Amino acid sequence: MTESRPGAVMSFVTGVGRRTLASVEELGYTASLLAESFYWLFVGPSLRQPVRHSAVFAQMMEIGVRAVVIVAVLAFTVGLMLAIQGIATLRTFGAESQVVLGIALSVTREFAPLITGVLVAGRSGSALTARIGTMQVSQEVDALRVMGINPVRYLVAPALLGMLVMVPALTLLADLLGLLGGAIYSRLELGIGLSAYVDQTIDVLTVDDIRQGLLKSAVFALIIALIGVANGFTVRGGAEGVGRATTRSVVLSISYILVADMLFTYFLNR
Amino acid sequence: MAESAARPTVMEVQDLVTHYGTRLVLKGVSLDIRQGEIMVIMGGSGSGKSTLLWHLLGLRRPTRGRVRVLGKDINRIGAREMQELRKQMGVSFQGGALFTSMTVGENVALPLREHTRLDESTIRIMCRLKLEVVNLGGFEHLMPSQLSGGMVKRAALARAVVMDPPLLFFDEPSAGLDPVVSVELDELILRLRKAMNMTIVVVTHELESAFKIADRITVLDQGEVLLVDTVERVRRSDNTRVQDLLNRRPRPVEMDADEYLRRLTG
Repeated sequence: MTESRPGAVMSFVTGVGRRTLASVEELGYTASLLAESFYWLFVGPSLRQPVRHSAVFAQMMEIGVRAVVIVAVLAFTVGLMLAIQGIATLRTFGAESQVVLGIALSVTREFAPLITGVLVAGRSGSALTARIGTMQVSQEVDALRVMGINPVRYLVAPALLGMLVMVPALTLLADLLGLLGGAIYSRLELGIGLSAYVDQTIDVLTVDDIRQGLLKSAVFALIIALIGVANGFTVRGGAEGVGRATTRSVVLSISYILVADMLFTYFLNR
Repeated sequence: MAESAARPTVMEVQDLVTHYGTRLVLKGVSLDIRQGEIMVIMGGSGSGKSTLLWHLLGLRRPTRGRVRVLGKDINRIGAREMQELRKQMGVSFQGGALFTSMTVGENVALPLREHTRLDESTIRIMCRLKLEVVNLGGFEHLMPSQLSGGMVKRAALARAVVMDPPLLFFDEPSAGLDPVVSVELDELILRLRKAMNMTIVVVTHELESAFKIADRITVLDQGEVLLVDTVERVRRSDNTRVQDLLNRRPRPVEMDADEYLRRLTG
């Protein structure tokens, strides 16, 4: 037993060291993917190797347009939920009418970007990892490389650009639908008319509130795209590896989104 | 091919040493490939032949040694030069590596679309031409998942030659195919060389196919080049490891008693 103790400590330390190294390596790899994507987006056209518009549009369709209905439904539901909870809570102070303020700020600053981010991570982040991972496993990524088609330009840049456009766009939609959900419940419960609700909302909301939400959503877009592609390219071990990478990609994206959201909220509210 | 010695060298491997993690895979491989010849790189599984191919294609970086393709050291040149070089190389992968999200026609057209400014109708005609060459005329609208194994390989071949590259690489042409289809593929390789005068590098473990198509054969075993010579001389070689490979004799298992004991007791 006395002999095995230092061994156990050593192997623990080695394990921590190895994990730390792996994390740093992954972070560096992700950062290089980001830098390379922007390189191709801005410098590619002058090298006659542009990022194809058709690929960007295809990604935007997949990430954005096909998610419109589900984002709308979920944002509406969150708006309803906020109204129900808000009215119930504020009733204890007899301040139900303040619910409009609560909903307006929570939706634009927090819930719209968050719900959109989590949804896109689950829908498109996972799809991105699965697509690139499968291509990696079946040598399609190698095939691109030997054809002289840079995989980052061809696969990563369109997805990144598509995310950066569509996640904020979906967030705006979620803003509207979330507020609408709040308005409808407030009308049923408190009898606040729709136009009065809209007037009050416009009154309390500043441009900055919307901008905060959009800024967050752009950061979420980066997180989803980069984690999605990085996990795809590093897939090892066939179909099982693709499955593992996909799960990891979704869990990591959502975790980073939540942490980033918390940090944003902290710094922006000081 | 007596006259092949006079032809210029298009690919040159010098003392290539590579590792996979810490495991030594290629132990100083040297090799010349001349213009217009079909060079078959042959060896059993684990001989390092696929690794050698990855290095010829510039997909891996060696520990030591040089790979020159068309006079350029592919581990020294910049990204843009490599890009230009890659337009001169066509590769047909073992599993075809067709893009599953595109039709056969789009797969074949991709290099043209990315590297040339040809208009769409020219591209379409060129793709059909290449598909005709590999006997896949009229299949351009199918998806790769709708093709049989042999058709996938032929489509991959059409994609590899669509830019008319002077260098063609073929990884395991007959892997996973029935004998008839694999003979057809061999014929196709010979026909392509004749028609386009390409230099072709084929990696395979199939003896029959190697003897049929090769001008010269490189026999690789456990990371070492045993022999680089013409088909006839390889057949007549008195190297026992070459003969073991040719006659499908199992390798003798060398047993070191101490080593064995050490492995077991760990």
